[in-house]
Amino acid sequence: MSQQHYYVPEQSHWPIVAAVSLFLLAAGTAHALIHGQSLLLLIGLVGVIYLFVGWFSTVVKENQEGLLNDPQVDRSFRLGMSWFIFSEVMFFAALFGALFYVRHLAVPWLAGEGDKPMNVLLWPEFINSWPVMNPPDTQLFQGPTTTVDPWHLPLLNTLLLVTSSITLTFAHHALKHEKRITAINWMLATIALGIAFLFVQAYEYYEAYTHLGLTLHAGIYGGTFFILTGFHGMHVTLGTIILIVITGRLMRGHFSPQRHFGFEASAWYWHFVDVVWLGLFIFVYVL
Amino acid sequence: MDAASDIAHEAQHHHGPASGLSRWVFTTNHKDIGTLYMWFSFLMFLTGGSMALVIRAELFQPGLQLVDPGFFNQMTTMHGLIMVFGAVMPAFVGLANWLIPMMVGAPDMALPRMNNLSFWILPFAFTMLLMTLFMDGGAPNFGWTFYAPLSTQYAPPTVNYFIFGVHLMGISSIMGAINVIATIFNMRAPGMTLMKMPLFVWTWLITAFLLLAAMPVLACVVTMMLFDINFGTSFFNAAGGGDPVLFQHLFWFFGHPEVYIMILPAFGIVSQIIPTFSRKPLFGYASMVYATASIALLSFIVWAHHMFTVGMPLAGELFFMYATMLIAVPTGVKVFNWISTMFRGSLTFETPMLFAIAFIVLFTIGGFSGLMLAISPADFQYHDTYFVVAHFHYVLVPGAVFAIIAAVYYWLPKWCGRMYDERLGKIHFWWSFIGLNLTFFPMHFIGLAGMPRRIPDYALQFADFNMLASIGGFVFGFAQVFFLFIVIRCITSGEKAAANPWEGAEGLEWTLPSPAPYHSFGTPPKID
Repeated sequence: MSQQHYYVPEQSHWPIVAAVSLFLLAAGTAHALIHGQSLLLLIGLVGVIYLFVGWFSTVVKENQEGLLNDPQVDRSFRLGMSWFIFSEVMFFAALFGALFYVRHLAVPWLAGEGDKPMNVLLWPEFINSWPVMNPPDTQLFQGPTTTVDPWHLPLLNTLLLVTSSITLTFAHHALKHEKRITAINWMLATIALGIAFLFVQAYEYYEAYTHLGLTLHAGIYGGTFFILTGFHGMHVTLGTIILIVITGRLMRGHFSPQRHFGFEASAWYWHFVDVVWLGLFIFVYVL
Repeated sequence: MDAASDIAHEAQHHHGPASGLSRWVFTTNHKDIGTLYMWFSFLMFLTGGSMALVIRAELFQPGLQLVDPGFFNQMTTMHGLIMVFGAVMPAFVGLANWLIPMMVGAPDMALPRMNNLSFWILPFAFTMLLMTLFMDGGAPNFGWTFYAPLSTQYAPPTVNYFIFGVHLMGISSIMGAINVIATIFNMRAPGMTLMKMPLFVWTWLITAFLLLAAMPVLACVVTMMLFDINFGTSFFNAAGGGDPVLFQHLFWFFGHPEVYIMILPAFGIVSQIIPTFSRKPLFGYASMVYATASIALLSFIVWAHHMFTVGMPLAGELFFMYATMLIAVPTGVKVFNWISTMFRGSLTFETPMLFAIAFIVLFTIGGFSGLMLAISPADFQYHDTYFVVAHFHYVLVPGAVFAIIAAVYYWLPKWCGRMYDERLGKIHFWWSFIGLNLTFFPMHFIGLAGMPRRIPDYALQFADFNMLASIGGFVFGFAQVFFLFIVIRCITSGEKAAANPWEGAEGLEWTLPSPAPYHSFGTPPKID
């Protein structure tokens, strides 16, 4: 097909719906942060949900009608998804970079290491340690009392996520061998593991806030801890929603053993989230 | 609207544009979207330009004349943000939209609906950014580089709108970049191998990778700002163990590739135009491709040359100094190739060629002043002076902006099927050329003499050069209104243009009729 004619999709109103709802969400969040509440934010949220449901349903419908049954379109989707994941990798790379910078350069310098000791002028009592249990200005930032034990909940979470990647791969193999029921069961197991991970993570946050004094206000350690695990948790949440949708489509028989890019894209995303967690486990919790 | 039967029906045969407003709002067509990008970019160019004129009017004479210093700061900030994210980047994406599918023999971009979304995010994002001018506390006033703690502890509340505006622009850029990559990798006509692609396509491919690697870092840094401002973290606050310098590292890790995002497509444009009017193939095609790729790679390891004075260790100063100087090598290769292309060519000097030659000369001046700034010990003297302002305006105005204008003149016959008025085009060129040099050349001198940037008042000894720069600024500004007139005149009443209006132009886009059909290539063209 691609050799004779190119496929050009029809006009759609979804992009403009997306632009408007993203704008409302962005402006609404900014408004809410300044004024404490915002109706715009709610409208934006509803709009974004409507947009995702609507746009994806349209594409799924077009796909079921065979409109996208074109190897060239399939390649475009694959390229799109891979480079989107690359941009996500860069986002996390920047967060990890920030973590390494404060651990290995900023905090030691603040404590007087290096050529230009500034601790004399700023906070002479500050001592270099990681995690930073006593931030330089303890009036403004109360450090945590204890750190998270990596061999307790985080280890459990590592097992949960790694297992979920394995069960997802089993589901993929089952799908390829036309064992749809088996595939659905493995998918349900994957989703259950993802949700279990999120519960454990939420419980860990609860413990951090109530027992460890590890909060967003706890200085640089709290900041890096929550921004890295928090963004990862958001990605797991999104990934779980994607897996639920994909399982729904699997139940309706949308995927054939040969053509199931929607399934593969969600799997790529899930494995990416898994790999990021391994980085987190090592650099945020263990080391 | 999205009735499935309609889609199935209409996918069978390609057809012309829908009528009325819905054509522009719902469009998935690369030419419509390219046009939208170009007009939006021009609107932002005039908006950001007006802000520059507020700045130049205030600086016409020493002393506080017209606006209060707080508003002056808002103007410098908004001018920078609007020109970078609203004028230059969208113009290049618009050109990519118009040209890449035609150049590689495709019907359209690979992901047309996402293409529409990447455009339509922008008007909303910039509306949000401009709205802050009328809000409590005023618009962002911390410079376009928004250094912490100016942008965190001491920022106006509207910084939140700024942060989400940057997020929206980032989403738009990332989607645009993904689209360019998918189009180039997947939509080339059979026979269009990578090393046969026009250089504009090559430079945009490399730019797209820069966007994908750099924009997420920008998203990361504004998110950390958001947390510092609203949720009590201390990423950029040393009192909690963070570091304001961390902000600068993250920002410039994005910021330096960003500079090349704004210049690589310009290299591509010039590499298309110079061979046409020299009536010779481009000298050193392969070396151009490799030089572009080297510049892109190097752009990720030079960021800290923007922050020589923050107190880095000596090893850092040296590394970033030498790495930066290394960029002069591939850039020199490019300038050498352009000049060698012209050498012994049958040169004619139509408007696009004039802008392209001015690009080579003036961009090289900007490159040399960049080399001066790269010398770490010397930079201690130049840092944050008007010398820096002169440097980056020389690479951005006669660099990026001239290349965009050259591209508009060069491809306008293909876009609208009509020729611009050559005489008016030449007047526009000389008018802009004089205005721009009058504005920015004196800034080198006042900068070397020590005038700091982003200051609404200055010492008396800088008065003469500032007055010249202000006059030049207005001359240059009004030249661009004249440009608008030329373009509108061309679209409405220009002479009909042939499919290939230029004697020496090569490339698939010139095999299509002028104006180009709504869907460029319905079936893949043959490429030898």
